[in-house]
Amino acid sequence: MNGPRILIIGATSAIAESVARLYAARGASLYLLARDRDRGEAIARDLVVRGAEATRSGVLEASDFTAHAATLDAAWSAFGGFDVVLIAHGTLPDQSRCDADADYALREFAVNGTSTVALATRIAQKLDAQGSGTLAAISSVAGDRGRASNYLYGSAKAAVSTYLSGLRQRLNARGVNVLTIKPGFVDTPMTAAFKKGPLWAKPEQIARGIVHAIDKRRSVVYLPWFWRGIMAVIGGIPEFVFRRIEL
Amino acid sequence: MSPAFPSWGRWPNAAQRVLRLSNRFAPLPSFEGHALPRGNGRSYGDVCLDDGGTLLDARGLDRFIAFDQETGVLRCEAGVLLDSILELCVPRGWFLPVVPGTRFVTIGGAIANDVHGKNHHAVGSFGRYVRCFELLRSDGTRRICSPQENADWFTATVGGLGLTGLTTWAELQLRRVPGAWFDTETRRFDRLDDFFELSAHSERDFEYTVAWVDCTARGNALGRGVFSRGNHCDAPSSAKSRRERGLRTPVTPPFSLVNGLTLHAFNWQHFHRAPKALQRSPQHYRPWLFPLDGILDWNRMYGPRGFLQYQCVLPPPAARDGVRELLDRIAASGTGSFLAVLKQFGAIRSPGLLSFPRPGTTLALDFANRGPTTFELLDRLDEVVAAAGGAVYPAKDARMSGERFRDYFPTWRQFSEFIDPAFSSGFWRRVMQ
Repeated sequence: MNGPRILIIGATSAIAESVARLYAARGASLYLLARDRDRGEAIARDLVVRGAEATRSGVLEASDFTAHAATLDAAWSAFGGFDVVLIAHGTLPDQSRCDADADYALREFAVNGTSTVALATRIAQKLDAQGSGTLAAISSVAGDRGRASNYLYGSAKAAVSTYLSGLRQRLNARGVNVLTIKPGFVDTPMTAAFKKGPLWAKPEQIARGIVHAIDKRRSVVYLPWFWRGIMAVIGGIPEFVFRRIEL
Repeated sequence: MSPAFPSWGRWPNAAQRVLRLSNRFAPLPSFEGHALPRGNGRSYGDVCLDDGGTLLDARGLDRFIAFDQETGVLRCEAGVLLDSILELCVPRGWFLPVVPGTRFVTIGGAIANDVHGKNHHAVGSFGRYVRCFELLRSDGTRRICSPQENADWFTATVGGLGLTGLTTWAELQLRRVPGAWFDTETRRFDRLDDFFELSAHSERDFEYTVAWVDCTARGNALGRGVFSRGNHCDAPSSAKSRRERGLRTPVTPPFSLVNGLTLHAFNWQHFHRAPKALQRSPQHYRPWLFPLDGILDWNRMYGPRGFLQYQCVLPPPAARDGVRELLDRIAASGTGSFLAVLKQFGAIRSPGLLSFPRPGTTLALDFANRGPTTFELLDRLDEVVAAAGGAVYPAKDARMSGERFRDYFPTWRQFSEFIDPAFSSGFWRRVMQ
């Protein structure tokens, strides 16, 4: 393989698919993991037409932790290693259902938080052994501070952000970069039910920011950039005020 | 219900729910009442509207499936834009055999309206290059349709205005080109007869021909305009790398910028700036084939009331007198547009039951929506078209009567047997009245 080798987990997500198209245009080889076999294969075929050197697709259910090791081993042996690994799977839990149903809340926490920790741990071992590459994972601005409207999702993403921060320190000397991606509101099928305002971004725009941040070996990136400012303001609100506002 | 998803003419208004499609393997989402597949919304009138119903937004079906660089056969999902196909295939030496005046339409939309281009006289309509497609009906059935297989469904769906079901993917035959450029020739002509003469002389040696016509000129100058013709060519040695202008109409002005004053000034200037004798120049395919795509959201310049586009075709025996009569009625009204287009269609048969392109002369132009006077003018144009045995293009229409439609498209009854019982559109309900 001449171009970069890319592994994408959650490859059918709108942001992940846009990232994959950018790499395909560069002649990359892409290994796609997704829950839905047909859709994963459809995207793999699309990427070949768009210029990917090679594509493979496989099935991965993120919350099935027992399957992670074998699935990642198969990916590594197929491509002989990866230059970029993007973890992009996720759901948008219904917060009021989380409040009423602890089992549901834990399942959603597993999909958006624990499974990413599990995958990142195993991927880190492989990149560490390689001594190169970038692990990029999609967290969220929602992880910067818990808000009443989606704190289950936010707390799972907070776990991801904090985990990645430590992992980045650990792997820094090993030549492996860890990128934490914090998108704001993105207009995707996952957020189809929301009313869209001026803060909303298109997945293609987020994808360009992700690829740029990977190229530049950044640590943490807010996408679009203005979310860094917004979250700085939200983060600066004292708790005795924050507890009284609706957000 | 949201007032979003207007048609390109921004008239009429429609309140409709929108469901996004992104998985071609999935069944149709459930909806109440009637629904209509929607591409990129570049149809002018109400063929892409479903007031009180649900739009199935197919732009998320935007994956390529296969591209054979040896044979030029391309298969992709129905929401892929022509623009994306050109970006992909032009550097590899292939081109879409037929493109309309904008490259921002989806494959599904191009099939549903059986679109045509400046090369109609040489190659026919878009549907002729559709090798096959999959049609998903609301009862869950899927059919592969081609001129050979399920041919009746194929002919109903090509030009079928999205009413026969959802096209999930399609396979096209592309054509070879030497490069991204056109070798073009342009000159102005002083009267309508010159247009017919120039067209007749150009058809053999030029694959693409089109004329801009000054819709404000009257008397001796009636039907004067600027004739352009061209062929695909390699990048010329003198070609400068073009910067995309990327102009945009940033807001909708409170009134139409197209009015009596600007109309006359623009048309006069456009005619007099054009060369008197044939002038040859190399042009990149984007400005040559898609001049209006250089101005994003140009449809906003007609103001909040929107505009009505009118495109008709008149068959050969009546074409000359008919076009003269149309231009006379338009010029007398003092309305019309910056861009009025005249073009000779060829004799190649369009494949769809409801296809618009047919032998004859086609005239297309916009009218700012000024209420009843505009509608009365268009009704008077319809009189000429109907008397000549012509037709009006559904993709651009928002107002023709049901009687006229059934007269223009006598196969409508045969077509209507193929309509999906759960599908409908503002256009169809209107012309069935």
